[in-house]
Amino acid sequence: MSAMIQVEHLTYVYNPGMPDATTALDDVSFEIEEGQFVGIIGSTGSGKSTLITHFNGLHRPTSGRILIDGVDLWEKPEKIRDFRFKVGLVFQYPEYQLFEETCYKDIAYGPKNMGLDAQEIDRRVRQAAGFVGLSPQLLERNPFELSGGQKRRVAIAGVLAMEPKVLVLDEPAAGLDPEGRDTILGAVKAYHKATGITVVLVSHSMEDIARYADKVLVMDQRKLAIYDDVDKVFAQAPRLLELGLSVPQVTKIFLRLKELGLDIDTDVYTMPYAVKTLQKALEKRKGEAEC
Amino acid sequence: MLKDITIGQHFPGNSVVHKMDPRLKIIITICYIVVLFMAANPLGVALSILLLLGLYLVAKIPLKMIGRSLKPILPIVLFTCILNLFFVVGEGEPLFDWWIFTIYPKGVQYAVLMGVRVLALIAGTSLLTYTTSPITLTDAIERLLSPFAKLHLPVHELAMMMSIALRFIPTLIEETDKIMNAQKARGAMLDNGNLKERVMALVPVLIPLFISAFRRADELAMAMECRCYHGGEGRTRLKVLRFTRQDFISGAVSFLALGIIFSTRFFVPGLQ
Repeated sequence: MSAMIQVEHLTYVYNPGMPDATTALDDVSFEIEEGQFVGIIGSTGSGKSTLITHFNGLHRPTSGRILIDGVDLWEKPEKIRDFRFKVGLVFQYPEYQLFEETCYKDIAYGPKNMGLDAQEIDRRVRQAAGFVGLSPQLLERNPFELSGGQKRRVAIAGVLAMEPKVLVLDEPAAGLDPEGRDTILGAVKAYHKATGITVVLVSHSMEDIARYADKVLVMDQRKLAIYDDVDKVFAQAPRLLELGLSVPQVTKIFLRLKELGLDIDTDVYTMPYAVKTLQKALEKRKGEAEC
Repeated sequence: MLKDITIGQHFPGNSVVHKMDPRLKIIITICYIVVLFMAANPLGVALSILLLLGLYLVAKIPLKMIGRSLKPILPIVLFTCILNLFFVVGEGEPLFDWWIFTIYPKGVQYAVLMGVRVLALIAGTSLLTYTTSPITLTDAIERLLSPFAKLHLPVHELAMMMSIALRFIPTLIEETDKIMNAQKARGAMLDNGNLKERVMALVPVLIPLFISAFRRADELAMAMECRCYHGGEGRTRLKVLRFTRQDFISGAVSFLALGIIFSTRFFVPGLQ
């Protein structure tokens, strides 16, 4: 597998040279491989959002480079728009960017900017709407009449319709009820499976990251703290707590069980695995008791 | 791009200038502008700039900030200078005469004088907003205008509207930035293209911006109502403005300086 996103010594400073200059990213380097589902976590102000806006060239690095599919983003600044279509970015609360009279037109805005013909636009709009679970009748409605969760799905479809090679989502489930959250994240996962594109998901919820991502990138104080497979990251629970982050609730339970003296593995972060581990531990205990 | 806007930007500090009563600051600023345009001689203008620089130093505002506040109005200043340069008709030989363009020495003097004055004007008023928080500023304006309330001028309502507007400038700038980024991420061309394309590209930014401004206004109205806001009548303040001894001293010093600058018009030959 080849690297889809390569970040090399990325540093970004807001208002450089001014009295209010602040460093938002400090010498960050990592690689994301094609087709991976990577979760980004970090406390507020750790640089997550600034980092992802570098992926499609909304911010220009103060120093360092970003390569998408092996091409330096800023090699030809006049071509930066091509990367905006290649790397689809869904911002936080994306429903606030809707502006057209119908959902259809709003979803078609990105593909239209790409200069596609009407037939291709139509295909993409319908396909993207299908992926996020919007019915064809809803497409003709005014987006401002819809519910919050539906609006957000329209906004996400607007990015999916560009058929990007990388999909970046900044807290796509923020402020939604549990059902809306499962619908949206489930749709993203299904899209990932169906198309095999690279997905980057920024989230505050450890549960969501544990459930959907293959790898986790932890940001702390504008620097990259940990970047590894999900199980290896959550195995470092004490380190995560030290960084002001939490671990999935089920991991917390297992850490506490271990503290109480139960001989049990603590690298547990999903429900099915938790049940299995618990059974194993109980059987072991039974076996010891019988001896 | 939008981050360059410094209107209403406030730099908290602890200097004499920061602590001065905002009403006094407003009056001094107005007098400064009057003096700037009455002292129509090189010495007067030089002294007023010197006074301003001194005040910036006392207020501990980095001089870089003057540059930042002057940048957006440079085109207007240049325009004023050019108008003065070509349209002021003086006596004697013209310096330059070609086709319809004629420049007299007096035109050059006027152009420089006007340019410097406008720059000093902006730098002076910027000092007021740099050292006074928007809330204090509107508070002071409300107090200064309070005599007009007797003439049924809705002074409190005007001041409230102004402070709400000032309060929302940074919020809306941030919001605009966010929406612009979101639309750029979908391929909007905001930085390039011809005039028509650019204007059309603004539609996807302006519509969400208006919607969000209305939503915020609605929420704010609700929040104010929840806290029983019912206009200015019988409303008391947390911080009551009072003149202190320090205010009298700094006020006296400021007016003395402005008086000296004003008096130069009687000693030094002016341009008018």
